Amino acid sequence: MKKEFDKSITRALKNENLAGILDRWNYPAMRAKAYEEIDFEELRTKIADIKGRAAGHLDELAEKFKKAAEARGAKVFRANSPAAVKDYIASLCRGKGIKKIVKSKSMASEEIHLNKHLAKLGIQSDETDLGEWIVQLAHQTPSHMVMPALHLTKEEISELFSQETGKRESSDIQKLVKVARREIREKFFEADMGMSGANIAIAETGTLVICTNEGNARLVSTLPKTHVVIVGLEKLVENYTDAAPILAALPRSATSQLITSYVSFITGVTPNDDGSMKDLHIILMDNKRTEMAGDPKFKEALQCIRCASCLNVCPVYRLVGGHVFGHIYTGGIGTILTAWFNELNKTEDIQGLCIGCGKCKEICPGKIDIPDLVLEIRRRLATENGLPFIQKSALSIINNRRLFHTMLRAASIAQKPFVKEGMIRHLPMFMSELAEHRSLPAIAAVPFRDLFKKIKQPKGRVRAAFFASCAIDFIFPQIGEAVIKVLNKAGIEIVFPEGQSCCGIPHWGSGAFDLAADAAARNIKTLLEDDVQYVVTACASCATALKKEYTHILKEEKRDSLIPDAEKLAAKTFLFSELVQKLIEEKRLIPKADLKSGTITYHDSCHAKRHCGVYKEPRAALASCGYELKEMFECDNCCGMGGSFTVKQPELSMCMLKRKVENIKNTGAECAGVECPGCLIQIGGGLDKMGSKIKVKHIAELLVDKFR
Amino acid sequence: MFNTFKTKTEVAGSEVHRFGTKSKALDFIVEFMKKEGIADAPGFYAVWADCSFLKGVDAKALANKIPGLKFEVTRQLAKDCRIGITQMDWGIAETGTLVQDATAVEQRLASALSWIHIALVATDKILADMPSVMTKIHPNQCGYIAMISSPSKTADIERVLAIGVHGPERLVIICVDELGGMN
Ligand code: SF4
Ligand code: SF4
Repeated sequence: MKKEFDKSITRALKNENLAGILDRWNYPAMRAKAYEEIDFEELRTKIADIKGRAAGHLDELAEKFKKAAEARGAKVFRANSPAAVKDYIASLCRGKGIKKIVKSKSMASEEIHLNKHLAKLGIQSDETDLGEWIVQLAHQTPSHMVMPALHLTKEEISELFSQETGKRESSDIQKLVKVARREIREKFFEADMGMSGANIAIAETGTLVICTNEGNARLVSTLPKTHVVIVGLEKLVENYTDAAPILAALPRSATSQLITSYVSFITGVTPNDDGSMKDLHIILMDNKRTEMAGDPKFKEALQCIRCASCLNVCPVYRLVGGHVFGHIYTGGIGTILTAWFNELNKTEDIQGLCIGCGKCKEICPGKIDIPDLVLEIRRRLATENGLPFIQKSALSIINNRRLFHTMLRAASIAQKPFVKEGMIRHLPMFMSELAEHRSLPAIAAVPFRDLFKKIKQPKGRVRAAFFASCAIDFIFPQIGEAVIKVLNKAGIEIVFPEGQSCCGIPHWGSGAFDLAADAAARNIKTLLEDDVQYVVTACASCATALKKEYTHILKEEKRDSLIPDAEKLAAKTFLFSELVQKLIEEKRLIPKADLKSGTITYHDSCHAKRHCGVYKEPRAALASCGYELKEMFECDNCCGMGGSFTVKQPELSMCMLKRKVENIKNTGAECAGVECPGCLIQIGGGLDKMGSKIKVKHIAELLVDKFR
Repeated sequence: MFNTFKTKTEVAGSEVHRFGTKSKALDFIVEFMKKEGIADAPGFYAVWADCSFLKGVDAKALANKIPGLKFEVTRQLAKDCRIGITQMDWGIAETGTLVQDATAVEQRLASALSWIHIALVATDKILADMPSVMTKIHPNQCGYIAMISSPSKTADIERVLAIGVHGPERLVIICVDELGGMN
């Protein structure tokens, strides 16, 4: 299983078509333009509210919808299972002698593999959405929720069309589109039944709202005398006016348009062109949605409006496309939906594809915390199936820092022959993948905790506790020294609480919340023992743990009594650059005069930017200290490290790294700055391996010696 | 309002014309049909769905003047037409959208099957945004509300824009002040 999955990733990475298309599209810029006149936060809060409320009353809304639509002459069928949907449609077709169906896009029908089922019954059902038709001709599944055929080139599509028409079709895109128009036009007229999905179902009025750009849904709902609509229960909203905010966000997020070319509000039956009335059947499909709504965590996923913008920005999706996800719904949200609509265990492999960078969460119009829900899947899998023994023991060891260092050190001494200029260039056999594309740093002979005792500090008026991340403790002790030097300049004396251990983020990220809560408890106790004014860390991931996640993890693990202390700790914890910039603003740190520090480009670590919201501060501090900033393209895109991600998905991690390194090189800056040791290892190793002269440095090293 | 509407529709790939009077608009449409080679043959028809604009217009004379112009919109004629003309009830400036009660099937046939859709709208029926239009048109009264904002388009092949997939290749919007005062 796992082997097959790894192979599918390798195959996907070789297909450069997808990445190229997404790059040319430049979605982030186009999306921003579409939202120019809109307050996105306000809009998505409205949507989350509307959809969240609906998710709390699915059954009630479904009944209300049924009543309203039936009052207008529609037939409404509530189906619990995929089988019930299929049976209903089969018997409808049998009863009416229906042989040909034209379909406009319906993810719900894809979800239950309806076309395959209809074919078995001898019923021809043709997709009419161009992308869906292409995928149908290719006997594939959609690779993207909004653009199903995104993975195919025009040449491949021309091949498919040629097979269909029996003529040699050109690979000119405009001509291909006309071939589709010609081929499908007749089908609209011949079909006995039109079938579609819906983007919104309004309970109050029994209305279906359908958006398309091509206009196929208008024909599907107009030309055949029977219209069947399959709607997932999550499409329900309460009122007519609830549709407005969703219609404002969906096209902007999906295709960076202000609105789709066509939006149809269909309520009940309307006349056919022969004077008869439409036979309208609406199937409200549950398929685990009610169960999902009952889950306190996953209820949130029902706020999804299927815009697919989370795929467009996901650094992993951009590399591998949709098919490696193995099911109809793709990307991070797809992983979540698959865990429910199929089953939890089906996501054993694909959940590992999310690096937790938070890019998707930032732009989701349904305000869904996608990485958090993927993590929840991971946690449930870990609870249900247990973590693999090796992983569990590794996670236990890193909770004891001294033991961890001894072991790492022992391993690294074994690698001595490979260490050159502080970097490991090659690793023995089984670990070779780790060092294949980037060099790894060597383990320091003396950990920071021992080094600290020898550092002489002036007595300060204010005291701060330093939380050294594992990486600074064992690999980059010089960063710890730099932190102390800088803060000493502001009259701050640093203490090092000995009881500190790993922050718990690796445990949390693996779904081992119990171990993460242990780490939280230990660190909270140690860091609050001494009455210091600040707790400072130079690692963005540790900062995320201390500032944000401890309260959350403790709540999850029902250790509520510790939460007040966790909050106390969060309130006094600063990421190094955040504290430095505060001190500069308060004139407690004064940069030396006339500094010319050279050009720099800055990489925002996911944890710093999206978890802690720290990204302006480091730039401001660097500028105050004479650095000239040259922003790189995608400065806040993940470097591919992601803790154990780089171990479990080495190929993907390296592709992400390559892109990051290219972006850094393209700035022409002399140096790159970061504030996360993980990024430092990843990017530093990548640059070194490529023989680049650009050095990547931690911001503490960049700021040391810059203050009076 | 009209200016925002015009900008937004043009960005989306439609053409917008504005006339003070109905007769000026009619002249334009007649001229347009001639230029497009409307004739009494499959593929060259123009179908004009019933609408308030036509009140007071001598349809018979018009049809005589332009052979191929039909005021009866059937499935077959719509399939074989080049131009479809309908009148829209409302406009939305913010997104450059036209809104119509399209419960009558002729309205949909004419606007969905034609190569060129000519959409008439009273200039002062252009409102600011979707919520404003929602206070004017409601599913309780209309079985089929149609919103149209551009020609039919797709980007399903390699994200490249292509116009005229299943619906019209051109959307020609004609705003008429006289139909409903100035705006
Ligand atoms: S999860 Fe959010 S971003 Fe992704 S498809 Fe759903 S609404 Fe869109
Ligand atoms: S958190 Fe990052 S990696 Fe995970 S689904 Fe979202 S964008 Fe993709």
